[in-house]
Amino acid sequence: MKMSKSPWLLHYDASSCNGCDIEVLASTTPRYDVERFGVINTGNPKHADILVVTGGVNNQTKMVLKQLYSQMPDPKVVIAAGICACDGGIFKECYNVNGGIDTVIPVDIYVPGCAVRPEALIDGVVKAVKLLDEKREAMKNHASCEVHYGNASVKEVKK
Amino acid sequence: MGNRSVVPFGPQHPVLPEPIHLDLVLEDEKVVDAIPSIGFIHRGLEKLVDKKDFNEMVYVAERICGICSFGHGFGYCDAVEHIMNIEVPKRADYLRTIFFELSRMHSHILWLGLMADAFGFESLFMDSWRVREKILDMFEAATGGRVIFSIVKIGGMRRDVPNEMLRDFLKSLDDIERDLEVIIRTFLNDRAVKGRLCGVGVLTPEQVEELGCCGPYLRGSGVRRDTRKLGYAAYDDIEFDIVTSDDCDTYGRTYVRAMEVLQSISIIRQAIEKIPDGPVDTLVKGFPNGEYMTRIEQPRGEACFYVKASGKKFIDRLRVRTPTFANIPALTQTLRGCELADVPILVLAIDPCISCTER
Repeated sequence: MKMSKSPWLLHYDASSCNGCDIEVLASTTPRYDVERFGVINTGNPKHADILVVTGGVNNQTKMVLKQLYSQMPDPKVVIAAGICACDGGIFKECYNVNGGIDTVIPVDIYVPGCAVRPEALIDGVVKAVKLLDEKREAMKNHASCEVHYGNASVKEVKK
Repeated sequence: MGNRSVVPFGPQHPVLPEPIHLDLVLEDEKVVDAIPSIGFIHRGLEKLVDKKDFNEMVYVAERICGICSFGHGFGYCDAVEHIMNIEVPKRADYLRTIFFELSRMHSHILWLGLMADAFGFESLFMDSWRVREKILDMFEAATGGRVIFSIVKIGGMRRDVPNEMLRDFLKSLDDIERDLEVIIRTFLNDRAVKGRLCGVGVLTPEQVEELGCCGPYLRGSGVRRDTRKLGYAAYDDIEFDIVTSDDCDTYGRTYVRAMEVLQSISIIRQAIEKIPDGPVDTLVKGFPNGEYMTRIEQPRGEACFYVKASGKKFIDRLRVRTPTFANIPALTQTLRGCELADVPILVLAIDPCISCTER
């Protein structure tokens, strides 16, 4: 059996309405308890493997999101949680909403829902763990790697 | 005089799930000044009245905030109903009261959990949220949604809740009350918890009045004011007392919120006992024409909804004054002169809902 690393989450609220945020938090509490799989909600981007973003990104959070993404070490996976993070949702027509976090950073997994249900989110995290392993393998095999998943891309890493 | 330094707090911070940025000016460990900068969740929601008609705006209003979602939907509907002179059926009024109080319970328990997390009492946080899930179960059984459930509409409720289900609610409430007893006892009597809450962020009744605070923050300083006493929905027929505390500090605010959860249970019990049978919605004809301002008591305090319409499909203006906005001056006031370690507790004490404030 292969040992695997516990995936740590970083959650960022990019102008969401709180509905998805409390569901992200609820999935770490006793009813859903993702911590039993070793998933910990960390506050530090440098410790995180998976970035969970909620909300449709406005102009002020854009830079913060980019910074958080660039501070996370490779390999990393981005989950767009909730319909606003996927494509803007009900706020798509608002003047200050960019509409979907894939307008700012590459997204690997889309989890729709308004608000996103913890079950769906956990499913997304399980998929992210698999993806994380694949990305890690790919990084091992290539001196410099560039892995593409859908429209997501990992920047070139030179060893 | 020590060295001055500036510590940035947020927008991404482990304690707060929401982005707010504070520049904390420190003198050694003491905070001398706190400069908030906002705009991280501004979406421009009020402007959506141009693009969504007055019925669709209910969904938008509900998404002002995901925690007090029902209250926002209700406030908007109430304003439009007043403009259009719609008489809401009695049963719908009672159902609205029940859902409103359930929302208040889930919001306050959520806050208690986050507060426990802020002072590092992880198991109390987990326990509070375990209890909160039972309330979400009730939402899910009645509406299908967990946090945003779109059950309120202009003219009444989107669907009825059968009487058998309401009786099941009573059983769940008994369970919740039993679980809450342990949690509230820990919050109010535990020495370690009291050590972090008592005497932190003291504001006298005169000060809170002057700063224009609202909700549990105001009542935590001993001011008796609760918008529910205006008697909207079915609050007229229900007996309840305004919870206040004379402690004037974070402990007092915690006490008010904890007691309000128990009070909500009693309000729901009374409402379920008195609820009449009958339809839950009325036919809505025509378009709104006129203006109205509704005041409601959200879990975080008083919220105002101003709607202006001119007989068209799209309303002219929706303006929301949310409770957190009223409490931010008090936050910056209490932050001045506090210890750096108390900052998360003081920020949480106002129960900040940034997405309400910035919309």
